[in-house]
Amino acid sequence: MANISNALKKDGQFNIALAGNPNAGKTSLFNSLTGARQHVGNWPGVTVEKKEGKAIYQGKSVNIIDLPGTYSLGAYSEDEMIARDYIVKENPDVVINVVDATNLERNLYLTTQILEMNVDVVIALNMMDEAKAREIQIDVKKLSNLLGLPTIPTIATKKEGVNELLKSAVEQKKAEKTFKIDYGREIEEELETLQKVLSVYMDLSASYPLRWLAIKLLEDDKHLLKEIESKDKVIAQVEKSKQRILEVLDEEVETIIIDQRYQFIAEITKKCVKRPQTTKETLSDKIDKVVTHRIIGIPLFTVVMWLVFQFTFKLGDPLIGWVETFFEYLGGLASAGLENIGASEMLISFVMDGVIGGVGSVLVFLPPILLVFLAISLLEDSGYMARGAYVMDRLMTALGLHGKSFISMIIGFGCNVPGIMATRTLENKKDRMIAILINPFMSCLARLPVYVLFGSAFFAASQGWMIFSLYVLGIVIAIITAKIFSKTLFKGEPSPFVMELPPYRIPTLKGIFVHMWNKGSSFVKKATTIIFGVVVLIWVLSNFPLGVEYASEQSLIGQIGSFVAPVFKPLGFGTWQAAVALVFGLLAKEVVVGTFGVVYGVEEGSLTEVLRGHFTPLSAYAFLVMTLIYVPCVAAIGAIKRETNSWKWTAFAVGYSLVLGWILAFIVYQGGKLIGLG
Amino acid sequence: MMASALPLGLMVSGQNGKIKEIVGGKGFRERLMEMGFNKGSTIKVIRNDSGPLIVIVKESRMAVGRGMAQKIFVEGV
Repeated sequence: MANISNALKKDGQFNIALAGNPNAGKTSLFNSLTGARQHVGNWPGVTVEKKEGKAIYQGKSVNIIDLPGTYSLGAYSEDEMIARDYIVKENPDVVINVVDATNLERNLYLTTQILEMNVDVVIALNMMDEAKAREIQIDVKKLSNLLGLPTIPTIATKKEGVNELLKSAVEQKKAEKTFKIDYGREIEEELETLQKVLSVYMDLSASYPLRWLAIKLLEDDKHLLKEIESKDKVIAQVEKSKQRILEVLDEEVETIIIDQRYQFIAEITKKCVKRPQTTKETLSDKIDKVVTHRIIGIPLFTVVMWLVFQFTFKLGDPLIGWVETFFEYLGGLASAGLENIGASEMLISFVMDGVIGGVGSVLVFLPPILLVFLAISLLEDSGYMARGAYVMDRLMTALGLHGKSFISMIIGFGCNVPGIMATRTLENKKDRMIAILINPFMSCLARLPVYVLFGSAFFAASQGWMIFSLYVLGIVIAIITAKIFSKTLFKGEPSPFVMELPPYRIPTLKGIFVHMWNKGSSFVKKATTIIFGVVVLIWVLSNFPLGVEYASEQSLIGQIGSFVAPVFKPLGFGTWQAAVALVFGLLAKEVVVGTFGVVYGVEEGSLTEVLRGHFTPLSAYAFLVMTLIYVPCVAAIGAIKRETNSWKWTAFAVGYSLVLGWILAFIVYQGGKLIGLG
Repeated sequence: MMASALPLGLMVSGQNGKIKEIVGGKGFRERLMEMGFNKGSTIKVIRNDSGPLIVIVKESRMAVGRGMAQKIFVEGV
């Protein structure tokens, strides 16, 4: 039985890749196959999420790699590039192609492309229950024969057929690959000529199936064309072939190739799929009549978003309190323990103020983050998210944003970290980068204590309006910034708005919790790495040179404060205390309040009195504008780094907001003085 | 025979037909085709009021931007 592929593989060395259209149930299948044995990272060099897990088959562990959901394997998006690079370059032992049984024709389009890559494929014919409910009959055996592939009917959400699928994937016999779509005489001739030219280059024939490469080159695949750009003979032949086909067939070769693939599929489905003549109005259609309604749609979406917001922060707030209490308790334990063993004051301060205080101040965000992702996966898995993007699209397009970015902005009002993470629902990189970069301008809850402190000190009666104006300012800046970015930095083609509206489904508990857990654990990982480093740095600056009072004027941070204070002079708050507060505000914006307490040496209650001695209402407002806009907190910076996967863009986000904050605070203060408000 | 074809954007809810042609940039055209809007596919309009349209193509409900809908020509409406 030497041809049973897993016999050749040791434990943990058999790789199965999952490929399929978006909404074909790939994630459910991945969860069913791997259970809790999964982890999430990024594909190297890009922002797309990489999910890997392990399945157990007959006592051996098998790697499952979840490729991004795509409609095709061209070079259209980062997702497609990743999926096909993985298949071509990493050579998985088998590809499980998840196919939505209710929409065979479109789903099989991806199948034809995977097959052209000469890999072993097993079809998971998923959502058989929905196909049945829609009275779509599929002769599975016939389909399997026509495709020449093992085809296993599955219902991934109910784990049906999953074991058979795994068995079939692992034990599939390595067969001679015979799959071939006949693209017609003219194109076939050109493909043959092109393959001959390609076969001369050893590097190409070693890394690509030549027929596939030839087809892709005729399809004008930008990425592959670039790879062969130094091979003049190939380039010349590609041009010649395309020209000839255009002359003979009077149509561009790309279009013909796509058409031929669909024709090939139509031949197959004609023989094995029976469906009712008229498409019945489904329950989803009925719900959509209300949800996507021209007039009802937007208010309904607003209500849903409001509920999400309430849910995450009303429920999250007490939970934040618990985490805080936990860290206080931990701090108490640690300091008592350290004193007992006679640790130096320095060490105690490091553990208390640095480690527990600093990392604790970031980890308190864990509850709202988990809740946000709980809400997001509820919205996504139920199918409502796509409708939200649909109803918001018109408004958001006018602002240079994608319909879906609205969701990340709303979440940003609670906390920018989950807001930035929520941009993952945007497929297009350009839309996503803009959404990430503007998110910190959404005034998060951590800024509220600062607003309230200054509000009660300077704006007693009109406090509410003052705070409201800051929220509006943040939104306006976000919109203007988005508009500018989409016209300059991220020009490119506007991503066409075509989006599938998947049928409404009842989300599974498992799916939701797996999603929440993955997001939560990645946040904790970040809090304990990047953020920890920054926290330690600030602690060191506050305690040195040796012997100074923590965060006093003589400490390094105080000296830095004194050094940068002149920069803030034109903004009306050029004191070292204000500068230090802003530096500490990097940890988390609410720390600004606590810092004023420390540097003025007073309790929070009497702080308002002291502040009145150091600020005027005008300079106070300028300070708040600065607090709103300047550099997002460490946790948000970490999120930007993780999601953009680029230090360059992270540095840009920091620099841009710093400069913008300064300019706007300057305008507020100097402008206010000019019109006599000073 | 473009005379018999109608841009998708001009169709009203409930109408259906077959996709005859997609005009516009190559990348855009291919993308749509790969998402199921290939020539000869049956397409049915579910919603066309303001904002993107909702259509059924190959059993899937798809939202299509208004600008794009002007570039998809449907025959046999």
